Amino acid sequence: MGPLLGLLFVVGLFSLSDEVRPFFLTGGNFKIVLTQTVIVAIGALGMTLIIVSGGIDLSVGSVVALTSVLAARLVLAGVPPAAVVVLTVLVGSLIGFINGTTVAVFRMMPFIVTLGMMGIVRGAAKWMGNNQTVNPPDNPVNRLMALTKPQELFPLPIGVWVAIGLAVLMAVVLRQTVFGRYIFAIGSNESTARLCGIRVPLQKIGIYSLAGLFFGLSGLMQFSRLTQGDPSVAIGLELDIIAAVVIGGASLSGGTGSIAGSMIGALMMAVLRNGSNQMGWPTYMQEIIIGIVIVLAVGLDRWRQVRGARRSG
Amino acid sequence: MNPRLVMRQVEKRFGATRALRGVSLEVAPGEVLALIGENGAGKSTLMKILSGAYRPDAGDIQLDGAQFIPENPQHARACGIEMIYQELTLAPDLSIEENLLLGNEPARFGWLNRSKRRQLARDALAELHHADLSLDLPAGRCSIAVQQVVEIARALVRQPRVLILDEPTSSLTQRDAENLFAVVRRLRERGVSVIYISHFLEECQAICDRFTVLRDGESVGCGRMSDADLGGIIRLMVGREVTEIYPRKEHTLGRPVLELRRIAGRQKPSSVSFTLREGEILGIAGLVGSGRTETLRVLFGLDEPRAGEVVVGGQSSDFLGPTRRLAQGIGLLSEDRKEEGLLLGRSLADNLTLTRLGPVSRFGMVNDRRQQNVTRQWMEKLDVRAQGPEQAIGELSGGNQQKIAVGRLLHHDAKILLLDEPTRGIDVGSKAQIYRLIGDLAVQGRAVVFVSSYLPELLGVCDTIGVMCRGHLVSVRPAREWTEHSIMAAAVGQAPTG
Repeated sequence: MGPLLGLLFVVGLFSLSDEVRPFFLTGGNFKIVLTQTVIVAIGALGMTLIIVSGGIDLSVGSVVALTSVLAARLVLAGVPPAAVVVLTVLVGSLIGFINGTTVAVFRMMPFIVTLGMMGIVRGAAKWMGNNQTVNPPDNPVNRLMALTKPQELFPLPIGVWVAIGLAVLMAVVLRQTVFGRYIFAIGSNESTARLCGIRVPLQKIGIYSLAGLFFGLSGLMQFSRLTQGDPSVAIGLELDIIAAVVIGGASLSGGTGSIAGSMIGALMMAVLRNGSNQMGWPTYMQEIIIGIVIVLAVGLDRWRQVRGARRSG
Repeated sequence: MNPRLVMRQVEKRFGATRALRGVSLEVAPGEVLALIGENGAGKSTLMKILSGAYRPDAGDIQLDGAQFIPENPQHARACGIEMIYQELTLAPDLSIEENLLLGNEPARFGWLNRSKRRQLARDALAELHHADLSLDLPAGRCSIAVQQVVEIARALVRQPRVLILDEPTSSLTQRDAENLFAVVRRLRERGVSVIYISHFLEECQAICDRFTVLRDGESVGCGRMSDADLGGIIRLMVGREVTEIYPRKEHTLGRPVLELRRIAGRQKPSSVSFTLREGEILGIAGLVGSGRTETLRVLFGLDEPRAGEVVVGGQSSDFLGPTRRLAQGIGLLSEDRKEEGLLLGRSLADNLTLTRLGPVSRFGMVNDRRQQNVTRQWMEKLDVRAQGPEQAIGELSGGNQQKIAVGRLLHHDAKILLLDEPTRGIDVGSKAQIYRLIGDLAVQGRAVVFVSSYLPELLGVCDTIGVMCRGHLVSVRPAREWTEHSIMAAAVGQAPTG
């Protein structure tokens, strides 16, 4: 509930300005905000699984860059669009599989493993793109994120519908499936999970691989939005994604978090950027504001929990 | 000679529990006092008061004739009280020299004087006849025995008046222990008063001058070690009255379901063999650190095995992980509810059904309503007091938490239940319910291994009792052949005397 109120609060705040409101509160603008949210939102679906299980993934920005270049190269090579989508997403998952396996089998800190992977994959992206952008001709994949009828809310780009659909699916997976319960169990207390017969290493490999699918898809959306593959794109994107998940109520120590919260967190970041732009605030101002919002959101959440605990105890 | 340290009628309570009800002891300069008592008798609390970690509620402490109330650990240390804990506290990455002088660096105007440091460190080690140790070796690379010598030497640098050693030999080999005894004798010659806490009575006999026995937070006896017989001391340790009532239900023992043959783990246990039958309640007694918990963990696959053989249901079984053990119908109740046993932030329902979500889910989807109904049934059967199945388990009392932890094994339908200290830290009412439950399980033909430090409950509940000492299961006999006295004697390494 908290994150939703926060989102409404931010929207309300920007609506106070008489200059901004006429454009800010239009269907066309909402469409822009939603489209801008897609990449972070899809990444946050994967990141939520990882963070709830007590892990972290810092390689997401690099994976998005690599997969966007890969998609561009594949289109350029004349691979059919459906195959481009499948291959791109699978490469994202493969990187997740390597992360998960290293974390689980060698019992290494996810922070370190994925920090290393961040460098490796970024390098690989630049290698694959020969250190420059890859510009394929117009193709169906580009239409995933294309905006038509910019003055109205509908039709929304396909990418937005994909994100919404996957969010619903993952919310069910995380809340309602046995796999989801195991993710929460591992994040709450790994020793207990082991005691209860959960194969923790196997589950972790599964979690990182599944999350990798979403990171690959995020990269595909990135390619679609820019209509080119750019090996130096999405630097620091993982931090935006982690921020979205944390604003949504997840704890970096694992065991809490929800898909709905993460989606609201992602939307909140996009609304903040969009609103600040329209207020005419410079980008450095936006960065400061978003930084404050992250700390404030998580701080408020902790404060509520402490107060709640005091009441019941 | 005037005593160095006198404690008179020291009391300490935590909430409603009276950890110390009145403890008195005395140590003279150059004297080694053995502080003896069962787990939970109050030894640690008493020593924490002396070293400044707790403040006493009542009583009088005098150090060299002057009133002494340690305000905090720094103050106690400044007054010459040094404590060596059971778990060593060296910084593993610092060298021996740096560890020795940590917090006492000889310095002038903030500059470290290197040659003086080395001299001080070398003197301290030479004092303990360990001048041959390399001062530059990182402490973490030394054996436990050497680390312990370094800790004692560190204490000596500060010129202590009273040195407390808490279970110093529990992780030492026989030879290292002999070395330690030599160190303690050197301390005695220097006029340091030593308080020596140990479960091992022969050790106390070997190096202590006097003893004080604690039981249930009271000092119940003291005397000269040379005049005392071990039997008398053991009687003082366990001489409480048995007030709990243990409901015994008639049950018969069936076929063997589990057999351990010389099981050994990486560190503990060294060798454990027993046979468990249907409907049998096997108690395992022993002191803390004797390897009881580790035995269960190796068997259940949480700790790595080193040697031995496990036979489950008549068939030889490899060492398996927890997943496969659970599939064989073996369940483990962890001794540490908060750190391992439960997901404190999750609901009762999740905690109860985690090992067996099958019956409450379909096609990999958990059915919340069914999960809650199942949980409600167990809550009723086990008399769990809670708001409902969705409440976070961390909000419940210890007893109710434990009932859910046990309930998980019941929901799993485990045929062999390994219960590690199932009644630790829970109220008397819940204890009685757990005893009754264990009895019911035996009637149903399930087999239970019951590890406990509390002897009356083992004697009251179990069919068979085995005692562990230093990693070995030394003796397994029918419960009626044991007394508290003979169990304690076996646990401290005394040959049974009939």
